[in-house]
Amino acid sequence: MSGLLILIPIALGMGLIGLIAFLWAARSGQFDDPDGAATRILVDEDRPLPPSENHDSEE
Amino acid sequence: MTSLNDSLSAGCPTGLAPPELTNAPDSSAFVRRVGGQNRLGLTVRGAKCGACINRIESAVKALPDVETARLNLSTGTLDVAWRGDLGANTIVQAVSALGYGVSPQDQNRNVSDEQREERSLLVALGVAGFATANIMLLSVSVWAGHGEMGESTRRMLHGISGLIAFPTILFSGRVFFRSAWSVLKRGHANMDVPISLAVTIAFCVSVSETLRGGEHAYFDATVMLLFFLLIGRFLDARVRRKAYVSARELAAMANRTVTRLGEGGEARSVRASEIQPGDRILLSPGECAVVDMKIDSGLSEVDDSLVTGESVPRTTFVGMSLLAGTVNLSQPLQGRAIGAASDSLLSDIARMLDAGEQRRSTYRKIADRAVSLYVPFVHTSALLAFLGWLMAGLGANEALLIGVSTLIITCPCALALAAPVTQVVASGRLFRSGTFLKSGDALERLAQCDYVIFDKTGTLTLGTPRLVDEIAPDVLDDAAQLARASRHPFSRALVEIAGPGPIASGVREFPGLGLEGLIDGVTCRLGSAEWIGTDQSDITSSSLWFSKGDEQPIQFHFADHILDDAIETIRTLKRAGYGMEVLSGDREEAVRDVAETLGIANWRAKSSPRDKVQRLEELQAKGHRVLMVGDGLNDAGALALAHASVTPGGAMDISRSASDAVYSGGLASLPRLISVAKQARVVMLQNFGFAAAYNLVAVPIAISGHATPLVAAIAMSASSILVSLNALRLNTMPERL
Repeated sequence: MSGLLILIPIALGMGLIGLIAFLWAARSGQFDDPDGAATRILVDEDRPLPPSENHDSEE
Repeated sequence: MTSLNDSLSAGCPTGLAPPELTNAPDSSAFVRRVGGQNRLGLTVRGAKCGACINRIESAVKALPDVETARLNLSTGTLDVAWRGDLGANTIVQAVSALGYGVSPQDQNRNVSDEQREERSLLVALGVAGFATANIMLLSVSVWAGHGEMGESTRRMLHGISGLIAFPTILFSGRVFFRSAWSVLKRGHANMDVPISLAVTIAFCVSVSETLRGGEHAYFDATVMLLFFLLIGRFLDARVRRKAYVSARELAAMANRTVTRLGEGGEARSVRASEIQPGDRILLSPGECAVVDMKIDSGLSEVDDSLVTGESVPRTTFVGMSLLAGTVNLSQPLQGRAIGAASDSLLSDIARMLDAGEQRRSTYRKIADRAVSLYVPFVHTSALLAFLGWLMAGLGANEALLIGVSTLIITCPCALALAAPVTQVVASGRLFRSGTFLKSGDALERLAQCDYVIFDKTGTLTLGTPRLVDEIAPDVLDDAAQLARASRHPFSRALVEIAGPGPIASGVREFPGLGLEGLIDGVTCRLGSAEWIGTDQSDITSSSLWFSKGDEQPIQFHFADHILDDAIETIRTLKRAGYGMEVLSGDREEAVRDVAETLGIANWRAKSSPRDKVQRLEELQAKGHRVLMVGDGLNDAGALALAHASVTPGGAMDISRSASDAVYSGGLASLPRLISVAKQARVVMLQNFGFAAAYNLVAVPIAISGHATPLVAAIAMSASSILVSLNALRLNTMPERL
């Protein structure tokens, strides 16, 4: 019984952390553009500084 | 002007959407100033992949003073913020030059309502998911400890479950409570009524069971019910947002600007809505008229293929009326507005769109019909179970518990998921093959169509003229040197064959006649027979003559080509038993040629937008369900009115807004679209069948009093999973029409 008193709060607490993380992500707009997020990971961000030439026409 | 080299790499590099080489509208009137920062929202069309994001964002960020540029791929919105005095049009041009369609968004409208609704549903879904998982954790221990667990432990676990469930039901359930209440006030019932009732009663009964120390509390089932239902709601909202995005594109259409000339001749760009009849307007080459106007001065050629479907440009004269949607080709024109923007052909068509949209909204979705059959059934069976057991002599408490378990177990989880899951899977499959569905119920309507009406120009044919003759390379090279300086469709067709190259020196364009320039010191002319001065008898409106010095003039013939896959597509549709018809605004012989080549017996030429709408009404009055396929401005009314409508990706934006689906990748997408729609309809009906079959099994179990919380949890999740898996089959079904 005393084990339960420790384990249940731990389980709920972990769930709660996940929920808070999810709420934060949703509120900060991370689910607003699922299509874009999926493809953005493939966007190559290595480019010369400063961006002098338009080197995107061949991509 | 865009050279051929640019146009080859323009637009989405995956080819999911065709490049748009239209002129960008003036956007300076739409910039907002927020705390020293300039902000502009742009609707970008044609961006479909990660490379598009990269190209667009880096091109805009490379402009001086731009601080942020972020493209939302799901909504097609580019938000730009900058300081300093960079012009809005520079930004718009930068995007437009890459081959994407751009129009400014009017931020005074409340644009984020739909997005807010979707986000709040997502948060509600997340909370319900958290609660379901944690209550299930506790419930499983109660079920596992059946017979061994002491009453106090069980009561404590139920108590904690209740403490989690209560705020969850208040928070995640308000979506249903609010909707049920608003419907009940008006004396109707929808699916949310039994849901709200089931959730409330189940929770109250579970609380009293917990206080009594009883064995069965339905906290898990209650919250799980909310969780599954919210998944359906969320998917539905997401599909609807796509429709909303296209509605916003339509609004962006109206955000066109017009160059108004003041009394002293100074030009100012104003919103189209500010134009009054009698205002003096300047129409630059390449610009599309937004209001109907009468020409005062200037000589040019205009392309009204978008308005009438006529593929050969017309020469203007003073006093000629131009309808909104006409594109000016060669020289600046000045004129006076005949009516305000709201009286133009464009607005007429917009009104037709509204009318069509309203008629379409009266369409009753299969899901709605299923629910109206279902709701009374749920209530009656739960009530009968309660009354029956009461009369059979069971205590009020036990009878109520059985009634509640019946209510929970029959609650329409699978029913709520059946339609949205199918729509999401089907539209995902179509998306991957380059077809964009705009609304979920479009699939149902597409599947029901039995008659297809095609527009000719741009739908069955390429929409732009192609050179027919074999021309000697050196002649072609010379002619192309003149043609490169012109915007005329025939010149463009010549350049397309000849490829990039030099432009002759001192080229001048004479509207209605042709071009003149020097090549190797010799005067060359390209234009009409009259311009060349030839006496040949073979004079048609769709040919050009080229002469170099005193040499014999050479004739170039042009024709609008039938699309490669049109014949095959028409054959497939015919085999599948569809009635077909061509309805075009073009000349009679052009339409007849196309119809005969394709083997379509019914055709009508010279149809005005009004004629098209009338023909459609005629067919629908005869009981046909018409699928309209068209791309022009003159089709928009018909597209909106048809039972379902499809438009190619290169279509005028207003037509895309009016139709249910936009395809790229040729006419062959059409049979695929119809076949997926039919399969989706079958799968959806199967899903409703599953939901009904589930109830046939579950209701007797519940009424006989065997629906313990464990049985309810298993039955509910099993039916939802079954329905989702069935919908996923759509991904692997072979195409068949």
